[in-house]
Amino acid sequence: MATLLHAIVEPGFFSSAPVRLAAEMGALVAIVAAVVGVFTVVRGQAFSGEALGDIGATGGASAYLAGISSVWGFVGISVLAAAAMELIGVQRARGRDIATGVVLGAGFGLAALLIYLGTLQTSTSGSTVTILFGSPFTLSPSDLPLVLGFGALVLVTLAALYRPLLLASISPELAAARGLPVRLIGVAYLMALAVAVALSAVTIGAILSTALLVGPAATALALTNRPGRALALAAMIGVAATWLGLLLAYDSYYWPPRHHGWPPSFFIVALVLIGYLAVAARRGGGRRGAR
Amino acid sequence: MDQPALDVASVTVQFGSRRVLDGVTFQLRRGEFTGLIGSNGAGKTTLLRVILGQQSPDQGTVTIAGGRHGAVGYVPQKFLLDPDMPLRGRDLVALGLDGHRLGLPRPSRQRRERVQAMLAAVGAERFADARVGRLSGGEQQRILIAHALISEPQLLLLDEPLANLDLRSAKEVVSLLAQIAREQRIAVLISAHEMNPLLPVMDRVVYLADGRAVSGTTDEVIRTDVLSHLYGHHVDVLRLHGRVVVVAGDIDDHHADHGVLEVD
Amino acid sequence: MAGGERAEVFSGFMVNAWVVATMVAVVGGAIGFFIVMRSSAFVAHAIPNGSFAGAAGATLVGANPLLGLAVFSLAGALGISLLGRRARHDVATALTLVFMLGLGSLFLSFRVEDAEAVYSLLFGEVLGIGSNQVWPTLALSLASLLALALLWRPLLLDSVLPGSARGSSRVRLELAFLVIVALATTMTVPVVGTALIFSLMVGPAAAARAFTVRPHVALALSVALAVVIVWIAIAWSYNTNWPIGFFVGALSASAFLIGRAWSVASRRLGGARHRAPAGELSP
Repeated sequence: MATLLHAIVEPGFFSSAPVRLAAEMGALVAIVAAVVGVFTVVRGQAFSGEALGDIGATGGASAYLAGISSVWGFVGISVLAAAAMELIGVQRARGRDIATGVVLGAGFGLAALLIYLGTLQTSTSGSTVTILFGSPFTLSPSDLPLVLGFGALVLVTLAALYRPLLLASISPELAAARGLPVRLIGVAYLMALAVAVALSAVTIGAILSTALLVGPAATALALTNRPGRALALAAMIGVAATWLGLLLAYDSYYWPPRHHGWPPSFFIVALVLIGYLAVAARRGGGRRGAR
Repeated sequence: MDQPALDVASVTVQFGSRRVLDGVTFQLRRGEFTGLIGSNGAGKTTLLRVILGQQSPDQGTVTIAGGRHGAVGYVPQKFLLDPDMPLRGRDLVALGLDGHRLGLPRPSRQRRERVQAMLAAVGAERFADARVGRLSGGEQQRILIAHALISEPQLLLLDEPLANLDLRSAKEVVSLLAQIAREQRIAVLISAHEMNPLLPVMDRVVYLADGRAVSGTTDEVIRTDVLSHLYGHHVDVLRLHGRVVVVAGDIDDHHADHGVLEVD
Repeated sequence: MAGGERAEVFSGFMVNAWVVATMVAVVGGAIGFFIVMRSSAFVAHAIPNGSFAGAAGATLVGANPLLGLAVFSLAGALGISLLGRRARHDVATALTLVFMLGLGSLFLSFRVEDAEAVYSLLFGEVLGIGSNQVWPTLALSLASLLALALLWRPLLLDSVLPGSARGSSRVRLELAFLVIVALATTMTVPVVGTALIFSLMVGPAAAARAFTVRPHVALALSVALAVVIVWIAIAWSYNTNWPIGFFVGALSASAFLIGRAWSVASRRLGGARHRAPAGELSP
């Protein structure tokens, strides 16, 4: 038994301090992303999530130009982008797609400029890789309180707005008939999404931020028809995928032929997708292809 | 008689140069079942939006007994929930109770029992735990009525609730609504382009044509002279086997559509 | 801008850049028309972005990056189409995208970090286009345009009335469209980068829609706007040395905003004619 466990968990996994920090931060952002993600999937705003994460990552990576903490840079730029989407018209379901796209395009353009200007200053363009793939788990322990604070802010906001947000996500019409400020609720949600996505982009990378936002939530929604349970399940799936992915990435240092560490983001994304496919396949066919 | 549950006085709504509602006046009392009848484009939905406070009238006033929020229950038109929405009918009804409240819901026995009683009242217990988007049109309609009623409104508005229902479900929903109006002393206003399913239970009718309205009991309103005056040209009200058919005198006129619909 | 510089922009190796970028703009503007009609901006983002991983994979095994782009963009189109039958479309797109990117991060991890190449794949290197890129780009653009022309009516109908094509034919149509996007991606990513092609597919077409309700005019306007944007971007990029992606992104967004301003203004002036129908409760 011990040898089996030893074969799965390579020695040193639990005693390594960077791994522990990664596991803590990863779990934290996985929970926040999964909880926000349930509403994202229900509201059909996966593209907004992806775009805000990308913009946060591209712009935020250039935060060092201004000499501020990257957490502030990511979150600030993502929130600004969310505000721009809102102003352009992200509320109408049909215009939302285009508004999101235009802001994302402009954001990418700006990022190209900032990176170029950054290269002029530092004569390296190493940040580009960080931008696209994120740089999982390179934050310092001193960033943990900031990440914790923003994460808590998102969760508290969602808890406070839980019922109105749920009703407005199910049917804006029913919410409006009760006199709820549907648009304001939408803005508050979009801001929470921006912070959550930027947070995961800065901690674990832009790819993972979308994967952890959409994957666990979509899987949980296929498994249960109770909103409270969907939230809890999504959070658990997110944390499980993150930890298992970290474990595999750690193990992969010992894998033949090269003894080269595979990136955690690959494992986590693959696990999230496998989980989703397993649940979707179990549920079987006969489902209409929603657009 | 007590204060009217809803008092609509000379409401006029203008979109650009087009008058969608033109001096609409009527009252609803508690315990009464009223049909809001008119062809497509007559202004029914706009009138409901004015009552809900989502559209402010250019002229006139709307007074709802007992203030604005919670006093009106509303069931929107063509309601189709996403089949993937992770939500039971039970949850949607519970949101009718406290969907506007901030903070996480605290599960309580009282809340659970109220939801259960409401589900029983609309005959939705059987499918209350299924995913709400996968229910049939008639089943969704019952859940939505429960959602609207659980906050104990004095006024219940339904926008074309029968449009997507087969004949049998439509009959069931109508008699359920009539029963609710009487037993719970609620004013029910239900919009429809087809009045016949409502005739057996309708206490009063508000008939809309081109933004103008007449109201009264069915016998007072559904008459050749009254409707001809409302339409501004001659229409015939025919009664066949207990059904009412409104036929426009001039077949070229677009109201002929209306007549054909009624015959159908 | 000095006269000498202006002449230089049109000369020498720059000719290739002009020709190739113009073709990219024409195809981007044309596909963009349908992207906007079908509200599928997410797909326009996901396929180019995800196919990037293909280039990384191809260089890893020593193959032509163009081949990697083609394989990955087609695989992405197929993945979105397959997953989209079961799940919501945006969820399917997101999951396909992140999986491709996950593979990309794996491929990159095996190589010494090649930041320069990554940057040019992301944001394009339009000024370094060689003459050997002209013919493949031309062939792929013609193929994309031809496919769009063949599918013009079914695509238009399906975009306006999504219910009109049913079942398997609808799935096939969607897949065909995704494959066209993949084709265009393969040809444009090495030239202008993933970020740029997305901007070119969304901004000009969305702007064009504000000016006209006629589909042919909107298509033509979308293409024209895309071409003008690319030309201005090349000229400015050449003169300032700033990345072309910045100018394309900024100009596309500006075009969109001008379109928005135009439609708001014309609604104000037009009054009731353009008002939303009374029954519409915009969510």
